[in-house]
Amino acid sequence: MTEREILTTSGQEIVFVLVGLVVLGAAVLCVTTRQLVHAALWLVVALGGLAVEYLLLTAEFVAWVQVLIYLGSVVVLLLFGLMLTRAPIGPSPDVDSGNRRVALAVALASAATLVTLVVDAFRTTWIDLETPHGESAALGDSLFRAWVLPFEALSVLLLAALVGAIALSRARADRADGQADERGAR
Amino acid sequence: MHLVYPAVLAALLFCVGIYGVLARRNAILVLMSVELMLAAVSLNLVAFDVWLRDEVHTGQVFTLFLIALAAAEIGVGLAIVLLVHRNRATSAVDQLRALADRDEEEPEGAASRETTTT
Amino acid sequence: MNTTTAAVLVPLLPALAAAVILLTGRRAPGFVQPLAVLPTLAAVALAVLVAVRQRGEEPLLAATELAPTGNETLPIELALRLDGFAVLVAVLVAVVAGCVQLYSTGYLRGDARYPSYAALVSLFTSAMLLVVYTDDLVVLLVGWEVMGVCSYFLVGHYWETAAARSASLKAFLVTKLGDVPFLIGILALASDAGSFRISEIVARLSSSLSGFELAHPTLVALLLLAGVAGKSAQVPLHTWLPDAMAGPTPVSALIHAATMVAAGVYFVARLLPVFAASAAALVVLAAMAALTMVGSALAALAQDDVKRVLAYSTIGQLGFMAGALAVVDREAAIFHLLTHGAFKALLFLAAGVLIQTAGTGSLAAMSRMRDLRRRAPDAFWAMTVGLLALAAIPPFAGFFSKEAVIGAAEHAALDNAHGASSSLAAPAAAGWVVLVAGLATALLTAAYAARLWLLAFHDPVRARTESVPPGERASGAMTGVLWLLMVPSLLLGLAYGELPEWFDGGSLAPTLTTSVLATGAAVLGGTAAYAAWRRAYESGVAEDPAPALLGPLRPHAEAGFHADALYAAAVVRPVRAAAGLVRFLDRAVIDTYVRGAAGAPGLLGTLARRAQTGNVQTYLSALVAGALVLGVAAVLVAVGD
Repeated sequence: MTEREILTTSGQEIVFVLVGLVVLGAAVLCVTTRQLVHAALWLVVALGGLAVEYLLLTAEFVAWVQVLIYLGSVVVLLLFGLMLTRAPIGPSPDVDSGNRRVALAVALASAATLVTLVVDAFRTTWIDLETPHGESAALGDSLFRAWVLPFEALSVLLLAALVGAIALSRARADRADGQADERGAR
Repeated sequence: MHLVYPAVLAALLFCVGIYGVLARRNAILVLMSVELMLAAVSLNLVAFDVWLRDEVHTGQVFTLFLIALAAAEIGVGLAIVLLVHRNRATSAVDQLRALADRDEEEPEGAASRETTTT
Repeated sequence: MNTTTAAVLVPLLPALAAAVILLTGRRAPGFVQPLAVLPTLAAVALAVLVAVRQRGEEPLLAATELAPTGNETLPIELALRLDGFAVLVAVLVAVVAGCVQLYSTGYLRGDARYPSYAALVSLFTSAMLLVVYTDDLVVLLVGWEVMGVCSYFLVGHYWETAAARSASLKAFLVTKLGDVPFLIGILALASDAGSFRISEIVARLSSSLSGFELAHPTLVALLLLAGVAGKSAQVPLHTWLPDAMAGPTPVSALIHAATMVAAGVYFVARLLPVFAASAAALVVLAAMAALTMVGSALAALAQDDVKRVLAYSTIGQLGFMAGALAVVDREAAIFHLLTHGAFKALLFLAAGVLIQTAGTGSLAAMSRMRDLRRRAPDAFWAMTVGLLALAAIPPFAGFFSKEAVIGAAEHAALDNAHGASSSLAAPAAAGWVVLVAGLATALLTAAYAARLWLLAFHDPVRARTESVPPGERASGAMTGVLWLLMVPSLLLGLAYGELPEWFDGGSLAPTLTTSVLATGAAVLGGTAAYAAWRRAYESGVAEDPAPALLGPLRPHAEAGFHADALYAAAVVRPVRAAAGLVRFLDRAVIDTYVRGAAGAPGLLGTLARRAQTGNVQTYLSALVAGALVLGVAAVLVAVGD
């Protein structure tokens, strides 16, 4: 790694910082907006910005997976959830709980601590982005060679989560059916 | 690229997530904030993986796992939120206080109703 | 059968009966009556057999080692000593116990606790027989304490009533008050004399050749006297006996006639050389006896309850025995013990029938009842015979034994060369005290016996108005026992010529001077009581001659000369005050620590409860804040290195 000035900036860094500001701003709006659906949309912006950051870090496969799964399915799920719980469209007054001041204090304290620590620790560390590290072929290679067992375990976990979600949703319906049967029997 | 940028971004994003988890009332918004925290961790993983040039891409593979886990977590979490919403007609986390410590003289009606409806 | 075997069986049979009744009484109540009566009757037969065989014989000694004491020369032995005193007193104890057991089958018919009662009476009898036969001081102490426990249970037989509960506690505590010095005295005596065997101690002390002397004869004698005073109800430890009337009447008969109170006198008689070694102890014993005699006779004259009159008379007669011992004449003391056992058992059992018939024990109530004599003829005759014996009217049993006591006192007072136990000289002062007190008591005894008889039965012009309440009639067993006991009350005194065969040989025959004096005093007392009663009876207002006889002394006498009040002031109140102080310290001081120990965690718990809001976000905030603090601390520590 060649010697460089601390404040030397490349184009990549400038873009990274700008996109980072966008991500941070979207995240802050996501946790502060009074409109529930807007919060989900700001989450989309934040996660999308994060995908761009991954690209800037040459992790292209992760970036696309992020776009596909997070933006494509998770956020859609959240939106469905909002609809199913009859979340109001438009600003709702009581979107924050009474715990807001404590939360702000805790969050600011953590932020101060973490930023101080991180800056102090990695002041003189640079990432070499000349050679990409994270293209699909190499990642797929290690995923299905070195990490195949955790990968399979993860698939079982996903299955379990799926079954659990279905069981949680159906438990109520079963009981309602039972009651209906009893009523019919009477 | 300077490693401080992604690391600081991840730290700040994580703290924003903490704030959201602690301050939001709607359970789905809490879940979104959890997603923000997870995303912050993912960013850290990717950044350090790229910096360390890991042979088997541990950080990025973990990010992938993390994304899958987040999907599973969102699935189960939403199922729970929907169930609670169906039973209590609310998804406000600060109203779910069945485990609160109560004095004996307080009427037990509320608590018992909650337990019977779950 | 070997005499020793028979003697061993005498205390063993009632003890076994007690164990069997206690084990099976609840499941097989039908067997309790035969189990209670038959072993006791067998013990009577065996005791009589032993007594007949031992007539005029040398004392029989038998021993087997029971337990080592760590001192080779001081073993505890299960030893028997069958001398004349022991065999005769054993006959008395067994006969009275047999009568009481027979009588109880009728008196306690239908009582739910009859099994335990019968077992305790058997155990009581067995303990007394053990005391009578044993030659070892420690074994004697065992029997002595077993009697104390049994009397506690039996006096408290009707524990549903507060009077019975407090009376049983009082009996236990007061006798124990004497037993503590008694135990110390026994140990001191044994270590002084070098043996626990009574016969050895007596032999060493009596032998003029060895020149053996106790180191502290007065101390040992006084310590032992404390226990004797407790058991035999002598002043100042007499207060438990009148209250013990709260127990069933047969128990009173058993305690008063043969077992508990007789044990003290018998013990002194056994160890008389020890007491005779100290003139001071004899004078103390004489003073105690005189005080007991006169005081209890005055108190008996003022009592209203029949059983309390008899209880005070028991105290007085025990005083007579103690007086005989104070003038070193144990033959007279044991003679009086025997006759008194017979007529006092008769009196108590008759009083039981009388109370059952009249439905009350109050003399004032009885003096208003018509026809009590005809409704309870057996009790009337038994009371008459018993009271005549008590008043020492010739030729009833009490006359001869009392004569023996007073004669012994006169001998001691006038000339110290008393025939029977010339080696043991009594101080003349003790003789004079006993003589004067004995004569005064003879007078008073006749007076209160006459008063009791007149108030209960005598109604010459049929002026009484109330009728006897209808009630249960005495059963055949009860009246049969009365007639049976009348025989020794009438005739036992005539055995004065026979009894010395068993004893050391001194004559028990009455002498002319003292007979005339004592009988004159008795007749005088009886006549005075009759005259006072006659005047009260004719006045038609009240019949009780006690106010006229006692005058201003009566309220004090009725209260037992305030011995209870004295004890209350001297012992009970300080103890209660101390208990109150302890309670205050416990409540105010110690409990404060306890309450504080409970209160501080309670306060902390209340604070901790505040945090339990049920709000997940609060918990999470605290969690994250805590993790943050820990993290910062860890970093600071790491940086600090």
